Amino acid sequence: MSATGESLELGSAVPLSQQGPAPTRVVAGFGFWLFLLSDIILFAVLFAGYAVLSGATAEGPTGAELFDKRHVFLETACLLASSATCGFGTLAVLRTDSRAMFFWMFTTFVLGALFLSMEAKEFASMVAAGAGPSHSAFLSAFFALVGTHGLHVSLGLVWLVIMLLQVATLGFQPMVARRFFCFGLFWHALDIVWIGVFTIVYLGAH
Amino acid sequence: MLGRLSLAAIPFDQPIVMITVGTIGVVLFAVLALVTVKGWWPYLWREWITSVDHKRIGVMYMIVALVMLVRGFADAIMMRTQLALAAGHAQGYLPPEHYDQIFSAHGTIMIFFVAMPFVIGLMNFAVPLQLGVRDVAFPVLNSVSFWLTAAGVLLVNLSLFVGEFARTGWLAYPPLSELAYSPGVGVDYYLWSLQISGLGTLLSGINLTTTILKLRAPGMGYSRMPVFCWTALASNLLIVAAFPVLTATFAMLLLDRYCDFHFFTNDLGGNPMMYINLIWIWGHPEVYILILPAFGVFSEVVATFSGKPLFGYRSMVLATMAICVLSFMVWLHHFFTMGAGADVNAFFGVMTMIIAVPTGVKVFNWLFTLYGGRVRFSVPMYWTIGFIVTFVIGGMTGVLMAIPPADFVLHNSLFLIAHFHNTAIGGVVFGVMAGYSYWFPKAFGFKLNERIGKAIFWCWFIGFYLAFMPLYALGLMGATRRMQHYPDLHWQPLMLVALAGAVCIFLGIILTGVQLAVSIRARARNLDLTGDPWDGRTLEWSTPSPPPAWNFTHLPHVERRDAHWVAKQAPKPSITPKPDRAVGPIHVPRNTPIGVFVAFFTAILGFALIWRIDWLAVIGLVGVLAVGLWHVWQTDREMVIAPDEVTEFERRNVKEAA
Amino acid sequence: MSAPHDTPMYSLRKSLLLVPACGMLASCKEGVLDPRGPIGHAERLILSDATTIMLAVVVPVIVLTLAFAWWFRAGNRRARYRPDWEYSGRIEVIIWSIPALLILFLGGMAWISSHELDPPKPLAAREAPVEVEVIALDWRWLFIYPEYGIASLNQLTVPSGRPIHFKLTATSVMNSFFIPQLGSQIYTMPGMTTQLNLQADEVGTYQGLSAQFSGDGFADMRFEVAAKAPQEFQQWIAQARARGGTLSRATFAQLLKPAHAGEPLTFAQADPELFAMVSSGRNATRWSPEEAR
Repeated sequence: MSATGESLELGSAVPLSQQGPAPTRVVAGFGFWLFLLSDIILFAVLFAGYAVLSGATAEGPTGAELFDKRHVFLETACLLASSATCGFGTLAVLRTDSRAMFFWMFTTFVLGALFLSMEAKEFASMVAAGAGPSHSAFLSAFFALVGTHGLHVSLGLVWLVIMLLQVATLGFQPMVARRFFCFGLFWHALDIVWIGVFTIVYLGAH
Repeated sequence: MLGRLSLAAIPFDQPIVMITVGTIGVVLFAVLALVTVKGWWPYLWREWITSVDHKRIGVMYMIVALVMLVRGFADAIMMRTQLALAAGHAQGYLPPEHYDQIFSAHGTIMIFFVAMPFVIGLMNFAVPLQLGVRDVAFPVLNSVSFWLTAAGVLLVNLSLFVGEFARTGWLAYPPLSELAYSPGVGVDYYLWSLQISGLGTLLSGINLTTTILKLRAPGMGYSRMPVFCWTALASNLLIVAAFPVLTATFAMLLLDRYCDFHFFTNDLGGNPMMYINLIWIWGHPEVYILILPAFGVFSEVVATFSGKPLFGYRSMVLATMAICVLSFMVWLHHFFTMGAGADVNAFFGVMTMIIAVPTGVKVFNWLFTLYGGRVRFSVPMYWTIGFIVTFVIGGMTGVLMAIPPADFVLHNSLFLIAHFHNTAIGGVVFGVMAGYSYWFPKAFGFKLNERIGKAIFWCWFIGFYLAFMPLYALGLMGATRRMQHYPDLHWQPLMLVALAGAVCIFLGIILTGVQLAVSIRARARNLDLTGDPWDGRTLEWSTPSPPPAWNFTHLPHVERRDAHWVAKQAPKPSITPKPDRAVGPIHVPRNTPIGVFVAFFTAILGFALIWRIDWLAVIGLVGVLAVGLWHVWQTDREMVIAPDEVTEFERRNVKEAA
Repeated sequence: MSAPHDTPMYSLRKSLLLVPACGMLASCKEGVLDPRGPIGHAERLILSDATTIMLAVVVPVIVLTLAFAWWFRAGNRRARYRPDWEYSGRIEVIIWSIPALLILFLGGMAWISSHELDPPKPLAAREAPVEVEVIALDWRWLFIYPEYGIASLNQLTVPSGRPIHFKLTATSVMNSFFIPQLGSQIYTMPGMTTQLNLQADEVGTYQGLSAQFSGDGFADMRFEVAAKAPQEFQQWIAQARARGGTLSRATFAQLLKPAHAGEPLTFAQADPELFAMVSSGRNATRWSPEEAR
């Protein structure tokens, strides 16, 4: 990071835009926010694709016939709960309290993994029932959208393991804390995307 | 074992391809041999390949773009020659299956691997200097972005030798690009090279947006930012918003091709029209991603060489941001002929025209910047005047085609080809060439040869008119794009004129190489010791040429727009630090090979996926992850430049300037 | 075509006309500037009107750019140097107004003409239009005349002076159906139907083509349009019927194989369900270029 040591002077007479380069923490967070925005646009395209193709079932099964809303509700509960535990974990990072951090982040990992396994089970049962992505444009769009979210969650879990290893080996140095902060943003963003998936794909199934 | 790859993939039976590949091979071998014999590898590795310095990365982007310009232009001149020959019953020398690859490669290369790296290279080089800061927000990521682009370049060039390139046009519309109609590896080469370089572009966009919004010299509020930075901001915001659309769209097509999905297929409910909509939701902003920074260059150049501030700064910023937003609301004008209905067509037609308003305002602002100026006709100014004259014609034909019924007869015709080359050459290329000659002395410390520079301009300028004005006429005569031959002999004279124009442009490209060689040889006579060869206005001219790794020994304090000009007007220079001012240690990021390693394994992954070589894909993927893991455990990322070294640099520099 | 037009000097001059406006004059043969039907005429009028209006701004801008740059050149002692002049409210208002007014006008033109010349909109005429169903093949054009029960391949024959209503679709990839001298083009897309209304005012032969790249045989995907006087059109139909040949599903299956454009062909009888079948996407047959060779 190239930001200089000069820090932000909030409340000074100089307007924020004229205070010179922002500190590294702010720069890193902002850059990651931009990345998340671009990722959300990627999801937006997949949502749009799903919206266009959701009726194109090619005389095959429809969403209403395929989705088990109870199963998906449990999935959603896992993911939302993991967002909460991730939030507690992030607070622990700020306090540099490694015991609490490990506890909350481990819980996050377990909930995330539970979500993924439930999703995998759903996918497997659909494919087994002859409703795989090759069956119709609707199913292609469904598997691509929900699968991309699942892929993000998987990457998030890998990232989380790496972060735990980083804390274990490098401790809470600023670089590691920044990364943990970004991980938190990522995890919450996935939750927001999932709320979209849950509402549009599962509740909106017809 | 090797997937679909076999010796048959190498087109031994095509003499044109084999001669080209042979020539490239010989040149490449000669360059590598020279570097090895001279023992330059350690230097290149240390100072360039692993560099995270935004200036070096910017220069490398420009080099890639220049090399690919030659490749893309070779395609262009082959097409022009083919069309000059293939009239009436003649078939020319390129059969359709080869010609189709050439025009697809030409478009793809010129947009993604020439125009994009040119523009990103200029922004990378100039933006941090103009903002008065030491580097971009994420220097290491910058290196990764560059090398990912290079990986895309590698794949696209590999398609020449191993396998084939897409035969679908540069946007690969389905169903033609689906597996059913394009079963070869051509479309896969297209998709993977663009996915990889597109990721690089997205990361670069995030990086530069963050740089502009979060890293500016003290005092540089938004209303004091140079206009080039504003246009760079608009362009990078567009990258962040538009490139994910491209990635997602290509991902859908890849799923169709690799995993039997049905997004855009003819059967099982697929919808090819969705691809066309999505690709243009990326594609139209892409036009502005390229042209806005060029507008920025012209704004800097016209103010500098007129010796007065840019007229109507606020209007200029407003116009830039208006174009940025509007560019997302016009995509449908690329396919008025799809039959969307009168209301939809009319809406998008009118929205398209509205973009002409801020663009027109920009033109007038440049015009009034000239007014009351003391205009010096250096090379960048030639390009700028040539641009205004040419671009207004391109703008006019653009507005013409924004009227849906006019588009009904001009769509996909050579008129359209003339129109977008009118804006792409007259706008983007002229802008890039203006920026290249403007900032070259800043990057290397000596000026480019002016006489050859002017000759290059005239070659491009005259060449452009010769090559594309006939295409306007041909389009009106009913000639359509992408035809490998045509029956009407009346078209041939105009096609010959167009070929002459292409030859003229070719001369300009050759002269660019000559200019570089001549200027390097005579650099002692053209040294820029002041750091301000053009009597510039913005902060990049307040630091020595070439700038040190840390750009500015003291971060400048900005009090007004055109900060360097203001400082020069003051009785005592307030920006240029006094040499005796105390210097602290300066932290700069340490060079790292992560970028080139990541790109290396990504290229392997791409190649393996194109040819369906599973084990190699695993190696590529594991490689990327491994170097990523290695990188995140690196803690020693900065090096400190000692005050002595900085002071020594400053002292030497002041002596030279004196 | 009169004699002087064929002299080498003329073609040279023709080739050297560089400004698009002049290019338009040079291209008076067989292009969109030589329309032979109401749609084409209306579109040419839009082209020339819009171009003229825009030239009224573009030409002065070019002239002023060159004039300002020249007059304010560094060597000109008579030009007044104003190193700090960067704003004028009055000029700002003017430079926003000029393009805005221009676009207001052209935008209105775009809005109205989009509705007037919308491809599916029927043409005003006393006679009912001739119905033609168009199927774009790889890489040929099939025209079915449902009213007459006949079909033709690679040749479109229409009566002059009477509207033609086209319904269009495609078997495999996208194409664009375009007869430059009659006006508007429209995409043909697999599994979908588009519509187009055109009319040829005069008897004559016009060129038709695909304007959307569709693969290796694209350059030859041309067809002749013969606009005949009404009686001759009826004769042509009679001849087609007399000539025999049936366009059944089996014959159609043969046509699905990729082939470069060949000699025109007529069919005395065409399966009336064919177009509906293709446009609903039920013909989806797969082929690969490798197979075709």
